[in-house]
Amino acid sequence: MLQATKKAGSILFVSLFILLFTASACAENKKVLMMATTTSTDNTGLLDYLAPKFKKATGIELRWTATGTGKALKLGENCDVDILMVHAPPAEKKFVEEGYGVDRSEIMYNDFVIIGPAADPTGIKGNDIKDALKILKNKQVTFVSRGDNSGTHKKELSLWKAAELQVPDKEGWYIQTGQGMLTTINISAERNGYTMTDRGTYIKHEDNLEGNPPLKILVEGDKALLNQYSVIAVNPRHCPNVKYGPATEFIKWITNPEAQQLISDFKLLGKPLFTPNAKKSSDH
Amino acid sequence: MEFILEGFFQAIHLLITGNAETYSAITATIKVSSCSMGCSLIMGIPLGFCLGYFEFKGKKSIRTIVDTLMALPTVFIGLLVYAFLTHRGPFGDFGLLFTLPGIAIGQAILALPIVIGLSATAVESMDKKLRTTIMSMGANRRQLFLSSLWESRHGILAGAIAAYGRVMTEVGISMMVGGNIKWHTRTITTAIALETNKGQFGMGIALGIVLLTLALFVNISVSFLRRRF
Repeated sequence: MLQATKKAGSILFVSLFILLFTASACAENKKVLMMATTTSTDNTGLLDYLAPKFKKATGIELRWTATGTGKALKLGENCDVDILMVHAPPAEKKFVEEGYGVDRSEIMYNDFVIIGPAADPTGIKGNDIKDALKILKNKQVTFVSRGDNSGTHKKELSLWKAAELQVPDKEGWYIQTGQGMLTTINISAERNGYTMTDRGTYIKHEDNLEGNPPLKILVEGDKALLNQYSVIAVNPRHCPNVKYGPATEFIKWITNPEAQQLISDFKLLGKPLFTPNAKKSSDH
Repeated sequence: MEFILEGFFQAIHLLITGNAETYSAITATIKVSSCSMGCSLIMGIPLGFCLGYFEFKGKKSIRTIVDTLMALPTVFIGLLVYAFLTHRGPFGDFGLLFTLPGIAIGQAILALPIVIGLSATAVESMDKKLRTTIMSMGANRRQLFLSSLWESRHGILAGAIAAYGRVMTEVGISMMVGGNIKWHTRTITTAIALETNKGQFGMGIALGIVLLTLALFVNISVSFLRRRF
């Protein structure tokens, strides 16, 4: 019996060694910049379009994982990524204040819109955002929320608050998907409901359906619906392992006029998805 | 409805034209599943064999634990591996998060209990008379050990195939530990999840068909091996 346990023990030890060995043999070492970003920059294809151009300009390979802004900030706080491209200014400022991020630079914007069935059964079309939310709440029609602590979700919550309404968290008509923007639009289309999206992802959705989506833009153009995107480098003092150099290079590159022009040239169905607005002097 | 048919044609088209994205996902899947299956077989078969072969105190409780672990949910493994590999976790300095080896570790944890459990069952369910027969032919302990291992090979192989099936098809670990990074850690299953999220059902179905083809290929080669030995 003792012999058997001894044997099992040594087998376990050897196998653990082999596991570690193979794991380290598979590990790769290249000059790469790891980014955490929101689903909208990934789903729309913006990063697929920018990454090769960034590599050409600097030789650095950009890799990204797309999650909600909330989780992206968490990944930065945990030192698992080098840079963030996100869109929740209040949460971003808090992130920088707490010492997790540095060099926050605004790079581009688009706007949020409320989309819903073309027939618009509640008649919110043309209202401003506050009235639109009030109507939705009174009529209790299906409203699909991201519910995932993403930038869009944070914005939606702040809009309910600004309209002096309680977030309808537990209401039957309020659906929280916990998933990305395109999924949420698709769910909303399946349920024939209303939802809030950034314009870029909506145009991508329109493009996927060859310009004929079941949901149309009903509320837009309100100042409160501005959607600002920024990049933030993860603070090297908080995380000694992050690649701060390449992160700085990315920030310099994306805020320069050439890359800014690339962003405004990025179009689907002839419509621009993002409007660049980096400040001219990028001297950090 | 037409997108199902469309997906089928798209699958053929993607495979024949050598679509770079599709092949990158296929290579990532094959690489990571071979890595994890290699690890779990090297560790699992000896452990499973010992568990089935030797009699010792506490054997039954170990069996129960192993059988329970066979039902480990992939998202839970993903969460655990993430917690250990993040830079704030104990193994953060290896830099394995968002890499294929990171996924392979998670998948090895997924496959290990299946390999151990089914190997142990294969050894246990061997004919008891076999042992006495081999002994009566004058075999020493080492020869007895090896011939028992050889006689249980089909059961162990079945366990390996079952484990391989789970590793190939899991999405939770690849998504959480790998981060679904294009050209690097995007496997077939995470690509399907992404395409479905984007509403590109045709592409998702195409990748699903690719995955099934791979599984078919593996099973054909295994049954070929089985016939020869």
